[in-house]
Amino acid sequence: MIAAAIAESGSGAGFPLLSALVLLPAVGAVAVALIPKTQEQVIRLVGFLFSLATAALAALLVINFKKGAAGFQFLESYDWIKDFGVAWKLGVDGISLWLVALSGLLFPLALAGPVVKKNAKNYVAWMLLLEAGCIGVFLALDLLVFFVFFEIVLVPMYFLIAGWGYANRTYASMKFFLYTLFGSAFLLVSMLVLVFLHQKATGELTFDVVKLAETQTLATSTARWLFLGFAIAFAVKVPLFPLHTWLPDAHTEAPTAGSVILAGVMLKLGTYGLLRFGLYLFPQAAVDLGPVLLTLATIGIVYGAVVAAVQKDLKRLVAYSSVAHLGFIVLGTFAFTNQAITGSVLQMVNHGISTGALFFLVGMIYERRHTREIAELRGLQKPAPILAAVFTVVMLSSLGLPGLNGFVGEFLVLLGTFVTHRWWAVVSATGVILAAVYLLWAYQRVFHGEPDEANASIPDMSWRERAVMAPLIVLIVFLGVYPKPVLDRIEPSVTRLITHVEDHSDYRQPTVTREVAGG
Amino acid sequence: MNPIAFPNVEYSDIGPILALVAGAMALLTYASLVRKKPPKGAYALFTVCTAGASLASSAWLWNRFDERGHAPHFAFSNMISVDGFAVFFFVVVAIAVALAALLGDSYLRREQLDGPEYYVLVLLSAAGGMLMAAANDLIVIFLGLETLSIALFVLAGFHRRRSESGEAAMKYFVLSAFSSAFLLYGIALVYGSTGTTNLAGIAQWLAANVAVTNGVLMGGLALLLVGFGFKVAAVPFHTWTPDVYQGSPTPVTAFMAGASKAAGFAALLRVFFSTFHVMRLDWKPLIWALAVASLLVGSLIAIVQTDIKRMLAYSSISHAGYVLVGLQAANNRGIAGALFYLLAYTFMVIGSFAIATVVGRRGDAEHSLDAYKGLARRRPALAFGFTVLLLAQAGVPLTSGFLAKFYVISAAVQSRSYALALIAMLAAVIAAFFYLRVILTMFSPAEGDDDESAVPAPLPVPFGVGLVLVSAVGFTLLAGILPSVFIEFARNATLLF
Repeated sequence: MIAAAIAESGSGAGFPLLSALVLLPAVGAVAVALIPKTQEQVIRLVGFLFSLATAALAALLVINFKKGAAGFQFLESYDWIKDFGVAWKLGVDGISLWLVALSGLLFPLALAGPVVKKNAKNYVAWMLLLEAGCIGVFLALDLLVFFVFFEIVLVPMYFLIAGWGYANRTYASMKFFLYTLFGSAFLLVSMLVLVFLHQKATGELTFDVVKLAETQTLATSTARWLFLGFAIAFAVKVPLFPLHTWLPDAHTEAPTAGSVILAGVMLKLGTYGLLRFGLYLFPQAAVDLGPVLLTLATIGIVYGAVVAAVQKDLKRLVAYSSVAHLGFIVLGTFAFTNQAITGSVLQMVNHGISTGALFFLVGMIYERRHTREIAELRGLQKPAPILAAVFTVVMLSSLGLPGLNGFVGEFLVLLGTFVTHRWWAVVSATGVILAAVYLLWAYQRVFHGEPDEANASIPDMSWRERAVMAPLIVLIVFLGVYPKPVLDRIEPSVTRLITHVEDHSDYRQPTVTREVAGG
Repeated sequence: MNPIAFPNVEYSDIGPILALVAGAMALLTYASLVRKKPPKGAYALFTVCTAGASLASSAWLWNRFDERGHAPHFAFSNMISVDGFAVFFFVVVAIAVALAALLGDSYLRREQLDGPEYYVLVLLSAAGGMLMAAANDLIVIFLGLETLSIALFVLAGFHRRRSESGEAAMKYFVLSAFSSAFLLYGIALVYGSTGTTNLAGIAQWLAANVAVTNGVLMGGLALLLVGFGFKVAAVPFHTWTPDVYQGSPTPVTAFMAGASKAAGFAALLRVFFSTFHVMRLDWKPLIWALAVASLLVGSLIAIVQTDIKRMLAYSSISHAGYVLVGLQAANNRGIAGALFYLLAYTFMVIGSFAIATVVGRRGDAEHSLDAYKGLARRRPALAFGFTVLLLAQAGVPLTSGFLAKFYVISAAVQSRSYALALIAMLAAVIAAFFYLRVILTMFSPAEGDDDESAVPAPLPVPFGVGLVLVSAVGFTLLAGILPSVFIEFARNATLLF
């Protein structure tokens, strides 16, 4: 019945699928909060079912998404605060579609996978609220609604780290919260300046992203300042060098599921923000200041990889690898070519899958050995061959081996960047090699060799753990071999974005890069 | 012999004030005539009903503005202005009275201070506050201010057996008298240069005349700012706040932080924005400096506090900074934002002090941050409520606190005070640090809590306090998620004056 209703919604009216996607997990959180604390099994089950239902809605969204259409689909708009011109406006296009799908995929896995020992009720409720917030960020087409979601996700994540994290969790959670809030300060003020200048020029007070983007009224220098304000907020979230220092702490101290969501979904809020708002709202300023961000991204790629290589803590190593990987995504975003931006969007999804999977695996190792020190681990391959095999696939995907998903994204980014910004692409390419160095070296130290007594007796993956990893492994291979269905839905929206940038700036895309390879 | 000309008096114009005064008088008369003690909670119930009558009367006034012949006007020989702005503050103050009465009920019984005096003083003090909001004359503002303050001095020293309470009363009295002197001198200087103390008259004079040397007028304005700045606890006139907030009985602190600050702002906003509107280029830099100082000093010093009441005192100083950001914008959006802020703030701050009342226990002494350790385990609902209120004060979205900050900051941006807007946002980041610290403390285990079998000391939440918390948390979330009604209320209040 729902499916039929959704089929109708293509025409605009009908079942509000996007609102349902945002609200369903929030309803789930309330439902979980009403269950008595002692019913831990029921709580876990209800939480999982709600996230599964959300995943089903996300799947429906992907199925009903019109391939080849570039604009926003499934649009919904209701007045929220009339006096401010704020509306609950949601929509999805090729850029946000897969990020919503990614959130829909990772949350049920994160809820089903690692088992928390204490206070399951609060934990599950926070996770579901986090899911509502994350999906809301990707769907919001109103600046204030976006900001609300962008900020609200901090609260559940803060509690997840502070409540269920490791030894240094207080410090890490506080740092995480304050860093992002610091960035948001710039975002809110820039947003307001943009809205009021738009009102002055057009007479309409609105926070509607599309309206703000389509009427470009800003003076060049104003647009640059505002772009910088937006960029600071998103750079903290990505995180871009030198604003990344919260990330290793937060990722390392967070509980396994927290790290998975943090790396898999929440880091994308930053890169998505740069793409959706940075480029869309301030095309000329983004073109002018692009080289600055490209440079920071390149530094991040090399720096993240080098620092990851010298980490003693396995989880911290994966955390630093995120800094490097996110650098690629930003690099592609500011290369302004079809290939690079399409690659960036794909890479956001890829990174969510493979780094999410890596954090799952590190969590499994920690549960068995109660340490993440690489020096303490040795020869895990012997007692746990399946764990080792899964780790190998995920690691190879993360370092960009052809045939697995990581390769497609990174290759498109580097290819697209090479045409317009050659030297940045060349330096960044070393990041691919460095990734192989730190990941293979870590793998070697942890899994190879003769296990000592403590390492020899660990159990292999349980069926539950295998079930959690299976969908991720399938996607890693599938997206590596046949990324076309995904790329086909991303590309029209990217083309439209680049056309928008060209229309409103002096930038012209070289013809070579107009077609996505294989697209 | 000529008959004495009586001014035309329409008592219904000040119905909300009269309701409070009548309630106070009735309570006082009853208590002095009847020897028998009334049933438990009767005084509090009566006070809440009085506040309800005041609210009903305010609603009646508000709806009457649409009728012909009852548009906003001056009454009592131009001494009182009957407008939306005044009614807005009637509502805020009446709410504060009801909440303070509910808080006081169990507190007074716990501290063995039961009696009608607390309620009478709260009602009279609130009547003074309402008078300040409705005044159309500097002298009437002064009258309101003194009525408000004198009752508050007594309330601050209400806890006879705590020396801190007496100390707070003394400090508050001396410093407040000092600031009243400034205010009075300011009134005199303004009268000296404009020839009138009537607010509308001053505005007319300013519109009609251009003073070549306006040193006296400027001096008067500055002294008025000192007087009001003291009442709203803006830096650098804030030094009394931490001591008095800490020493006063906690329900009194709640009332003081809510109603007294709102009343002070009512007078400040009306005098500066409405009366001295012509001179806004002169006073805007002053307000800018006060706002920045309040924002930064309030949030920076709050970080190092270990006493929850002192911390909330400093946080209320930084909240005053945000309201000043709205005034500094000097546009309708800014004033509406300031009003919305005060409404949201009243609920947040009274709710927060309600929790301090409960955790303070008998003797009203357990206010160190350590007393909050393990609260989430002992009293999950209480910890949840406090978490919502603290996050709202930090300005997290989907709470009234976020929209309040958003409202005033958007006004600042609209009037192109970009630097102030950014400073206000960054101050919120600093402030978030100590709100989060309290939240973390509540969720960290208390000593001995690791032992599952240990029975934690009971922490009773009386019915009245529970009601205060439910309404405070409820309003904070409601106004954060569906704010349109309240935002319209605040906006209309500024249109109608």
